[in-house]
Amino acid sequence: MQLRSFVELGDLRGSMPASAVPAAPTFLNVSRRAFLEALGLSGAFVLATASAARAAETWPTGGDAMPHGLVIDPKVFVAIAPDGTVTITAHRSEMGTGVRTSLPMVLADEMGADWAKVKIIQAPGDEPTYGNQDTDGSRSMRHHIQSMRLMGAAVRMMLERAAAGAWGVPVERVEARVHEVVEKGGTRRAGYGELAKAAMDLPVPAIKDIVLKPESAFRYIGKGVPLYDMKAIVTGKAIYGTDVRLPGMLFAVAVRPPVYGGKVKSFDARAAKAVPGVVDVIEIPGTPEPAAFMPMGGVAVVAKTTWAALQGREKLKVEWDDGPNASYDSDAYRKRMSEIAARPGKVVRNQGDVEKALAAAAKVITAEYYQPHMAHATMEVPNATAVVKNGRCECWAPAQSPYAVRKDLAKFLGLDIKDVTVHVTLLGGGFGRKSKGDFAIEAAYLSKVLGGVPVQMMWTREDDIRHGYYHTTSVERIEAGIDDKGKVIAWRHRSVAPTILSTFAPAEYQFPIELGMGLVDNPFDIPNIRCENGPIKNHVRIGWFRSVSNIPRAFAVQCFVAELAHALGRDHKEFLLELIGPPRKLDPLEMGIEGELWNYGDPYEVFPIDTGRLRAVVELACEKAGWGRRMPPRSGLGLAVHRSFLTYVASVAEVVVEKDGTVRIPRIDTAVDCGFPANPERIAAQFEGAAVMGMTLCFHSAVTFKNGRAEQSNYHDYEMVRMTNFPREVRVHIVPHRYTTPATGVGEPGVPPIAPAIANAIFAATGKRIRELPIDTRLLREA
Amino acid sequence: MAIGFRLNGREVRVDAPGDMPILWALRDILNLTGTKYGCGIGACGACTIHLDGKAVLACVVRLQEVAGREVTTIEGLDPDGNHPVQRAWAQLGVPQCGYCQTGQIMRAAALLAEKKNPTDAEIDEAMAVNICRCGCYQRIHAAVRLAATGV
Ligand code: FES
Ligand code: FES
Repeated sequence: MQLRSFVELGDLRGSMPASAVPAAPTFLNVSRRAFLEALGLSGAFVLATASAARAAETWPTGGDAMPHGLVIDPKVFVAIAPDGTVTITAHRSEMGTGVRTSLPMVLADEMGADWAKVKIIQAPGDEPTYGNQDTDGSRSMRHHIQSMRLMGAAVRMMLERAAAGAWGVPVERVEARVHEVVEKGGTRRAGYGELAKAAMDLPVPAIKDIVLKPESAFRYIGKGVPLYDMKAIVTGKAIYGTDVRLPGMLFAVAVRPPVYGGKVKSFDARAAKAVPGVVDVIEIPGTPEPAAFMPMGGVAVVAKTTWAALQGREKLKVEWDDGPNASYDSDAYRKRMSEIAARPGKVVRNQGDVEKALAAAAKVITAEYYQPHMAHATMEVPNATAVVKNGRCECWAPAQSPYAVRKDLAKFLGLDIKDVTVHVTLLGGGFGRKSKGDFAIEAAYLSKVLGGVPVQMMWTREDDIRHGYYHTTSVERIEAGIDDKGKVIAWRHRSVAPTILSTFAPAEYQFPIELGMGLVDNPFDIPNIRCENGPIKNHVRIGWFRSVSNIPRAFAVQCFVAELAHALGRDHKEFLLELIGPPRKLDPLEMGIEGELWNYGDPYEVFPIDTGRLRAVVELACEKAGWGRRMPPRSGLGLAVHRSFLTYVASVAEVVVEKDGTVRIPRIDTAVDCGFPANPERIAAQFEGAAVMGMTLCFHSAVTFKNGRAEQSNYHDYEMVRMTNFPREVRVHIVPHRYTTPATGVGEPGVPPIAPAIANAIFAATGKRIRELPIDTRLLREA
Repeated sequence: MAIGFRLNGREVRVDAPGDMPILWALRDILNLTGTKYGCGIGACGACTIHLDGKAVLACVVRLQEVAGREVTTIEGLDPDGNHPVQRAWAQLGVPQCGYCQTGQIMRAAALLAEKKNPTDAEIDEAMAVNICRCGCYQRIHAAVRLAATGV
């Protein structure tokens, strides 16, 4: 058996001229796969089947249970060239977290590679070969740090065995160092390139026989390496979806139904077709609601340049049949959510007896929190390029879940999945929007209609804001019963929000994934807790947005805690710690949760709700922020803590509220416990960015609807935090852990605590209570 | 009618309508994709290039306006990434997704060409044109400062 033969692929990002097509090495892996299958070996290294006999220091994760699970086969992920170049395949999508660097870094360290000699290539969407590729849910490091180490260690052992074989000594006598194997106590040494061929002829060790290096020998893991794509990014050579260029390609934009579920009644393309450069005007078939990831339909203008397509689109006359969502009105909808939240809903957690405790309480405090829809507004708009001809589809897309896109393409085009290829470019931001492949299907459809001409479909920013998979809008209503000693004895939390599920099937109640994001997993040490969910129908596509339901939940719960502390004359931090209670691991069976607690898809025994860790991040953030320090007038500190995606995060925001209501944020201190921090510098970057995104959603983010139509359309009315007013200094404090504390993800969990921390700081500064997002700063003007 | 101008130090002629924003001429005709589309209305800075050394927004500058003038895109700033701004960006690990960064770098380079050592407020004001959805502002600010004071 041999490792896949090495083919010089070139540095995809670094050396490719802008006009080139990102060549993906699909064929290598496909042929590799076929080879394994012929030997009856495919799947031999799938961790899911290797139960008991694993290397030491491993733990189960939800990675096994993901579609196509984990593949632990160095032959799929690693190639070594005779010149020593090590090529590692990145199978997760890079959207800004650094995962394209961090996972290969783990593998490279474990195999003893010199990072300077590592090349990274991007896998196409092919989960049977690479295992799950759905880059979402802050899962990449959590699910793959172990598989990367196992593969790296396997390659290192093969190289050592090859050297021992060549020198005729027992393997104990040799040792891998950096990019070479040396003879212990001897003088012989051989570089990885020299040994590659012989190593490739050796069998891959069984997982149970793989020996990981000791933590003390880590060179990159836990320390970090520079971003692999850095040079390509700063020189403009990095290839995002919009940068794919194919010979003879055409550019398309489209108009889509202004109301979700609407249809094209008729259209007049004559004026559009008369625009110089316009090649064709093509109707894209819609999909009946709920459309999942299928296109919403509309009319596309295909042209020689994007500009011609845009001009053609201006001239297009389309009549729409708006359908039943034409009355969607955000103000009316908000009132409805509020009414529903005032009534009992479906009980999703029932611990103790809330009704009785509320009746017996000396005092009941109630508050309701609101958040509107938000659009992802990834800096790179949704887009894809496709060629569909001769019964095959080849697509280039900034896809978070390339295999899902591939499956949807096959379904829509009626092709066998084997005849569909999805190449993954860099993503100019994802945030959940690019988990959905509707834009790729549009591109493919147009190419097919045009007989196989390559077509790039680009959404304009207006399309992106008006036709998003929006973050849900929600009302969270919380009531707390307090006894005569000032202890919280009852907590009733009602959540009303259109559900993500409604994008896939008619649904009015939230599903366990949404309920598990800050509602039923509430960690407070309160004897009587009841969570309810009231029904409401969606009128737009509901998607997931970086950290999902945790945003409104953390906002409501963490602001409400501050309100209670104030009402009771308590210090917010002390009161919060009292609510969290003593350090312990919560037992979901004692929490009264209906059905099973959704623990982000990972085993609860490995990743329990640990209030000790929750307390510790509160203490750390407060200590670093100087909690309790005296603040000047109209300045304040605000605190919030939230566990999401199995990561514990507390933030303390310092705000200054100017006379005109402008809120400035001189500093945010964020404490993070994400288990073992594999790449601390990139972790810090994620939390710095999350502070900015949190501030944006605090002050700017609202997509509102009138007559079923989105009222916002571009960055002028869907603003972002800019350098004129941004969190001046974000200090990220990472809780140190050994490797054996399982790493969790960091892409999302930084967002939820920011808005409540800011809102609580504004209260401290002004005495004005914030209960809705985005914050109307006019209300904060000095009287 | 072809429109001629200097692009990254070389004469080019582009056969396209004069009212076409230069963004699309660069990206779709000249295949220089380092200049990005983010909004198309002059509201995000992703398309920042230099026109006669000054930062402009390629999505709102028409092709006819650049006739006979000097255009520099990220591809022409320093292809090896050795411009002080690029080096500062790499040193401080500024990019996350990276998509906005070519525009950020072009704006920072134009700022520093004009003012050797800008104040914090001047950095804020110049860079506020450019959105970074990933939220790299803290590092962008620090990198502009680093580039100004010498890498
Ligand atoms: S694309 Fe030109 S400013 Fe946004
Ligand atoms: S780095 Fe992603 S938008 Fe700036």
